[in-house]
Amino acid sequence: MLRFFIIALLSITSVYAAIDTYEFKDKDKELRFHKLSADMRCPKCQNQNLADSNAAIATDLKQKIYLMLEADKSDVEIVDYMVERYGDFVLYEPRFNAQNAVLWLGPGVLLLLGLITIIWLTRRRDNKNDENSESRPELDAKQQKQLQQVLNKGKK
Amino acid sequence: MIPELGEFALILALGFSFILATIPLYGAATLNALWMDYAKPLAKAQFTFLLISFMCLAYAFANDDFSVQYVANHSNSQLPMQFKLSAIWGGHEGSLLLWAFILSGWTLAVSLFSRGLPLDMLARVLGVMGIIATGFISFLLWTSSPFLRYLPRFPADGADLNPLLQDFGLIVHPPMLYMGYVGFSVAFAFAIAALLSGRLDAAWARWSRPWTNIAWAFLGAGITLGSWWAYYELGWGGWWFWDPVENASLMPWLVGTALIHSLAVTEKRGVFKSWTLLLAIFAFSLSLLGTFLVRSGVLTSVHAFASDPERGFFILVLLLLTIGGSLTLYAFKAPNVKSESSFGWLSREMLLLINNVFLVVMAITVLLGTLYPLLIDALGSGKISVGPPYFNALFVPIMSLLALSMGISGAARWRQTSISGLKKQLLVPAIISLVVGLVFPFIYGDGFNFRVFLGITISTWIIATTAKEFKDKFRNTNSITAKLSQLTLSYYGMMLAHLGVAVVAIGITLVSTYSEERDMRMAPGDKIELADYQFEFKGAKKVKGANFTADEGTIVITLEGEPVVTLYPQKRHYTVKRSMMTEASIDPGLFRDLYLAMGEPLGNDGAWAIRVHYKPYVRWLWLGGLLMALGGLLTVFDKRYRSKSSSEVAHA
Amino acid sequence: MPRLLLFIPLALFIALSFFLWKGLSIDPRKLPSALIDKPFPEFQVAALLQPERMLSKADFVGKPVLVNVWATWCPSCRQEHEQLLRIAQDNKIDIIGLNYKDERAAATNWLRQLGNPYLFNIYDEAGMLGLDLGVYGAPETYLLDAQGVVRHRHVGVVTAQTWVELQAMIQALGVKQ
Repeated sequence: MLRFFIIALLSITSVYAAIDTYEFKDKDKELRFHKLSADMRCPKCQNQNLADSNAAIATDLKQKIYLMLEADKSDVEIVDYMVERYGDFVLYEPRFNAQNAVLWLGPGVLLLLGLITIIWLTRRRDNKNDENSESRPELDAKQQKQLQQVLNKGKK
Repeated sequence: MIPELGEFALILALGFSFILATIPLYGAATLNALWMDYAKPLAKAQFTFLLISFMCLAYAFANDDFSVQYVANHSNSQLPMQFKLSAIWGGHEGSLLLWAFILSGWTLAVSLFSRGLPLDMLARVLGVMGIIATGFISFLLWTSSPFLRYLPRFPADGADLNPLLQDFGLIVHPPMLYMGYVGFSVAFAFAIAALLSGRLDAAWARWSRPWTNIAWAFLGAGITLGSWWAYYELGWGGWWFWDPVENASLMPWLVGTALIHSLAVTEKRGVFKSWTLLLAIFAFSLSLLGTFLVRSGVLTSVHAFASDPERGFFILVLLLLTIGGSLTLYAFKAPNVKSESSFGWLSREMLLLINNVFLVVMAITVLLGTLYPLLIDALGSGKISVGPPYFNALFVPIMSLLALSMGISGAARWRQTSISGLKKQLLVPAIISLVVGLVFPFIYGDGFNFRVFLGITISTWIIATTAKEFKDKFRNTNSITAKLSQLTLSYYGMMLAHLGVAVVAIGITLVSTYSEERDMRMAPGDKIELADYQFEFKGAKKVKGANFTADEGTIVITLEGEPVVTLYPQKRHYTVKRSMMTEASIDPGLFRDLYLAMGEPLGNDGAWAIRVHYKPYVRWLWLGGLLMALGGLLTVFDKRYRSKSSSEVAHA
Repeated sequence: MPRLLLFIPLALFIALSFFLWKGLSIDPRKLPSALIDKPFPEFQVAALLQPERMLSKADFVGKPVLVNVWATWCPSCRQEHEQLLRIAQDNKIDIIGLNYKDERAAATNWLRQLGNPYLFNIYDEAGMLGLDLGVYGAPETYLLDAQGVVRHRHVGVVTAQTWVELQAMIQALGVKQ
């Protein structure tokens, strides 16, 4: 969102939507074209997908995708073709491999860890409370009063 | 003369913030009331001099003082006045000055509106804010002064503001966003003050709640405005790009959302204290981290910027001192779990804690995705990209879980809830939302679609549970109006914000599933059809604006023969910057936008490449965002906070 | 709660700062070539100055060469031209030109006016060889070893400093063989 602060510091001179006009024979290919060009990153302009970019190389790559689609290549073949030439950098969806395992699995593991921690801490607390045999529902009102006192003290 | 005055005022402000960062804190540590008393006047002095500094820069912009480098690089004599003034924050130096100015504004606000605070607490809070201000004003003065001159020879005219920024969006969006970013410094300062004083009772939660809510509301509004701005200004019809810079604003918002809820529990029930403290530190730390990511050049954003390792290094040191310092303090002084009350396995406390985990995991996912390319690169394993497909793949499931749990926590009671009680509360909303979710894709679309089913079900679920909860408030009353006025503004704020979540979810679901888009070569007279609408291109002509020339297309849109609207997209050429810009033309509507952008001229027959979008429910995104922000704002005006301050006025 | 748990955020933050600090010295815009240590793509393309002559990989495999991607529409190519001429004069390595998405007449004219540092030029009019090579903008310069394997890619203007670095790499190649 802050992107325009940055823009002000830029060297680029033109930012405008790239619009190409490819005619597709069938709807399915058109959808695949949109998906492929939206999920690949333009190597030149760095943080735009091919679809939005107006860089010359993005235009060439879109042209290539179009030609490959028309030649009935599969999505996998097209993606492999691009990665062979431009590296993993062009993929906005990083492949799942050893290097990216943390990226893909991290959030899920973290979620589990978070939930386990909650359960663990709550159980510990429950055990402690049992040991102290202090189930203290009546403290609640008292605590509430204490809170009020602290707040009032503040008012002076 | 005036720019030097601005620089001088900035130096004085640094002096005051340094004193603010030391004397009151020392006074609080040694219980010296006189020294603690200095905090308030120092906060005022710091604000005053930053205001003067800011005004000096504004003066330089308004009067086209191109001897000032920053003005020369970001303004032009032809620029309309409102853009000259908003150009103040159109670049690095000025936006940093705005940052510092807003920080001093929040500091002033705390000193004015926290009369209920004990003196030592106030001294500590203002002192901590003084520390942050000291860091940032130093950063300004040493690496990024906006007052440097081109002397003796300076350009006759300025290089002009980037055309993308010559827009209403730039006037309002950055200040909003910064109000949010910097606003989290208040919650942060309260948390640090609580840790320093060792008084970790629920009182600090009560004090920091309104500040946190209002900062969160500003941040949400800022993000919403930014999304809207990107949508109409960039010409791509996208509303969220998962760009590092966007992510930098989303992370503190997510953690801030967790913080708001955690603070509520801490205040009401006296539990989760350590967790809440940590969240308060996190929220502001992520704001700072965002600043680092944006300024240092370690990541490429949509538009790469001149990377400046020196600035990056300075901010990194600031980060280490503030975040590292506060986390160290936290590690040593955070309370052991000494809950003031207990709660059961199935209780509102527990559910809110789980929601907190979801929100924080979402924030960490954004962080991980944003920084992963950097990590891989730093390890020497090459360059990779992490973009929208990754974030969407992870956000959708977590968000769905969160929404599910949101509905349940609303129905759960504090301390302990029975399963049967929950079932009674939730059965009807569950059936309603499943039915609506199942039926909707058949009625609106052309068949079952899992994404739509999921999105609509969870949105309906949130709405239905919120409505049920609201309705139950009236179960035992005769007078509805009496009950309506009895409910607190906090409560209404919460309702509104939760409905906002549902509205955003509906918008995201529908716009990402049912949008249609065509890129067409259109010669004058050509027609295309999209989503039942007919678009006829009438041709393009040259038009002239204040500081640009443009090709303007005329496109007549009809629906089943009836005229709907005529749109005029432009392809602009800004003369000073010599840059091209797409100015999209949009017919907005609550249920759909028609969005047109012009590409390149093609051939000699007057044909152009035209992009036509049909975007259903796209407005709901921003509507929902504003509802959330409005909800956050409402809570601040709750009587609980107001009556306190009015009673103080009586005391004073 | 075990006290140690409270140190986790601090530890994570310190680890993160280390990466951020490393990140400051990395240029995120520098892309390594995907073809490093892979053979230069096969091609059959006409020469720039002799349109009737078909060039292929066989024309330069056998000794290390530099392949310089250039075009007349590229201002940075103009900037590095002087340096390329100096490299050609040094006579340590041959430079093959890859004239990328250009007009033949303009490119011929450019070489006539500014001097020709190239052994020969591949005339890649549609940019298809460029695509196979992973070129994303001119100028780019590739170092190939004697087997025609890509060893290094330099993106941007070749300066005197770049030449110093390239020479070191060329020497390393020579030692290995």
